[in-house]
Amino acid sequence: MKRLSCILIGLLLLAGGCTDTTSHSKAVYMLLDTSGTYTRELDKAAAIINYLLGTLQPGDSLAVARIDTGSFSEKDIVQKMTFDGRPSVSNQQKREFKQNIDTFVKEVKGSPYTDITGGILQAAEFLYETGSGRKVILVFSDMEQELAKGYVRDIPLQLEGIEVVALNVTKLGGDIIDPRKYMDRLEDWKAKVEQGQGQWRVINDLERLERILE
Amino acid sequence: MSLLSLFEKNPLSMYPILILLLLALLYLARHQAHRMVRSFTRIASQALRLAARSLLLTESKLRQRNREVLLAAGAGEIEKELEREFQRVDAVVKRDLQTYPAFHRSMSDLITRIDEDYRQSTEAPPSPPAWISAIEAVAQVPNTDGGVAEILGEINKTLDRHHKSAMDDYRKSSQRRHSLLNKMMPVWRKLSETLEHVGKTINGLHERSELITAKMDEYEKIRLGTDEAERRLSSSSLTQFVISGLVMIIAIGGAIINFNLIALPMSEMVGGGSYIGSFKVSDVAALVIILVEISMGLFLMESLRITHLFPVIGQLDDRMRRKMIWISFTLLFTLAGVESALAFMRDQIAADLQALRHSLSGVEAAAGQVSSLIPTVGQMILGFVLPFALTFVAIPLESFIHSSRTAIGLTLGFLLRTTAFLLRLTGNLINHSGKAIIALYDLAIFPAIWIEDKLKKAPVQATSETPPKEVHP
Repeated sequence: MKRLSCILIGLLLLAGGCTDTTSHSKAVYMLLDTSGTYTRELDKAAAIINYLLGTLQPGDSLAVARIDTGSFSEKDIVQKMTFDGRPSVSNQQKREFKQNIDTFVKEVKGSPYTDITGGILQAAEFLYETGSGRKVILVFSDMEQELAKGYVRDIPLQLEGIEVVALNVTKLGGDIIDPRKYMDRLEDWKAKVEQGQGQWRVINDLERLERILE
Repeated sequence: MSLLSLFEKNPLSMYPILILLLLALLYLARHQAHRMVRSFTRIASQALRLAARSLLLTESKLRQRNREVLLAAGAGEIEKELEREFQRVDAVVKRDLQTYPAFHRSMSDLITRIDEDYRQSTEAPPSPPAWISAIEAVAQVPNTDGGVAEILGEINKTLDRHHKSAMDDYRKSSQRRHSLLNKMMPVWRKLSETLEHVGKTINGLHERSELITAKMDEYEKIRLGTDEAERRLSSSSLTQFVISGLVMIIAIGGAIINFNLIALPMSEMVGGGSYIGSFKVSDVAALVIILVEISMGLFLMESLRITHLFPVIGQLDDRMRRKMIWISFTLLFTLAGVESALAFMRDQIAADLQALRHSLSGVEAAAGQVSSLIPTVGQMILGFVLPFALTFVAIPLESFIHSSRTAIGLTLGFLLRTTAFLLRLTGNLINHSGKAIIALYDLAIFPAIWIEDKLKKAPVQATSETPPKEVHP
């Protein structure tokens, strides 16, 4: 009833010339940390991707990329897809997506370094290209950045209109000894994202996946 | 020590002087302040009273307009009913009483036949016993040689023969009468049936005439614009409004189900990611289909002259109207077929989506899951039937539109009366609060007023002590 009345009102508004040109599709870019022992957490990441596949609607976009030594590269994108407008085709695409992710999770090898900034830059580029109304970057990582020698990542991020959600931020050995390190790490990332005009959130309770796209 | 230095040392000492000064100022400005308060409150209360009066006048005009609308609508309704009753009477007269001469002739023939048969079936009176006097005469003759006995014996034999013959004739005659009476039975029945039929027709006409009389009385009351007629029409109109409103709500429920049945499959046709404004194209398309179905239903009902929402359709000639009936019905039928197909597609998409969700959550489909065709067929039937069911929305819609004029008029009248009452109440409150403000003002400067009273009374008392002037006659 509510939807029906909303549509009726909407049609009246349209008739009155009030047009809404904003895009209503969603684009989600998920970064998977594949460094060190974090590869063991990838089963959880697969569950999140499955949740996203079940939640995203026809016309939405989803991309999954790995975070490795140099993540600012298309080669790190495991799978990217803009789902078709027809539900039947979209369902088929989601099945293929899931299959590819399952294969990746089984065969993934750990990387020596963790270039989170490069991954976020790559994600922002992809999200802007989709032209979606809502843009979300999910970072499945402990948020500890380790750069290989020679890699420059001390650059400001441009994340206007993008939500950055850190998922399953595990506590490292040093964090347990001194929790301030963990808090400082998250605070640094928050500052970095917000300086780039993005929005920052942390979700560690993976029992409530609906909060990811709320 | 100057006054200023005293105040500087002890600031609290200046308050009594300030209060006295304020009192003096307020006392001096008393009449002007009173006038100002009175003036403002009077303006406000007069303006509100004026607004209230204006609203009451508007309400009176609205009530008059409502009354006119109600009476006109009621008169129109009764005229239609009377027209229909006259048409029925006309049909009865044409069907039954037009053939009355034939009936009459038939009944006359039947009665004649019955009469003839009756006449033929009357019992013939037995012949008088003529033999008795002859036997008595023979019996008085003296029987000397036994000749009388022989004569009497012969007479007896002849009598026996005659009696036998008479009895035979009587039996034959009775048989013929009975056969005639038997033949009369179906004629009687036919006559009885014919009379019963005519009686029913006459009774029907009598009932119709009583109804027409009652309607005419009602019509007369409406024409005269009596309060009773207005009350009755108003009550009837509100009842119609409520009933048609309820049916409309039910119809809206049907439309929502219909919408949900076709919104998902429409995304398969027009795409689920496209938007018009902030609404999905598939939802808008589904809504448009439902609205087109309702429009076709309205046209169908109009063409069938069940509803009278569009006078243009009602005024079309019969040939064009019949064409319109077929066109709207064909479109409605096609749309119902499309909906049925969409309902089937919805079932397929929902099943596919369910399977995907199961695979994503890692849950295998339950082994004992019922895979029945019944829900699919049910949805298809629902998709086909609902557009036709929505067609009948036209009837309550017409009733709702007509009765809503009265309901809206009454509601507006009530709102106007309530607003007028509130305005008058506010005006009175402002008026009285002005008086209260004046009283409070006087209360604040009562020492000055008290002194003024004392000063005014003093010379009066002095004059009262002076001896009265002498009155010279």
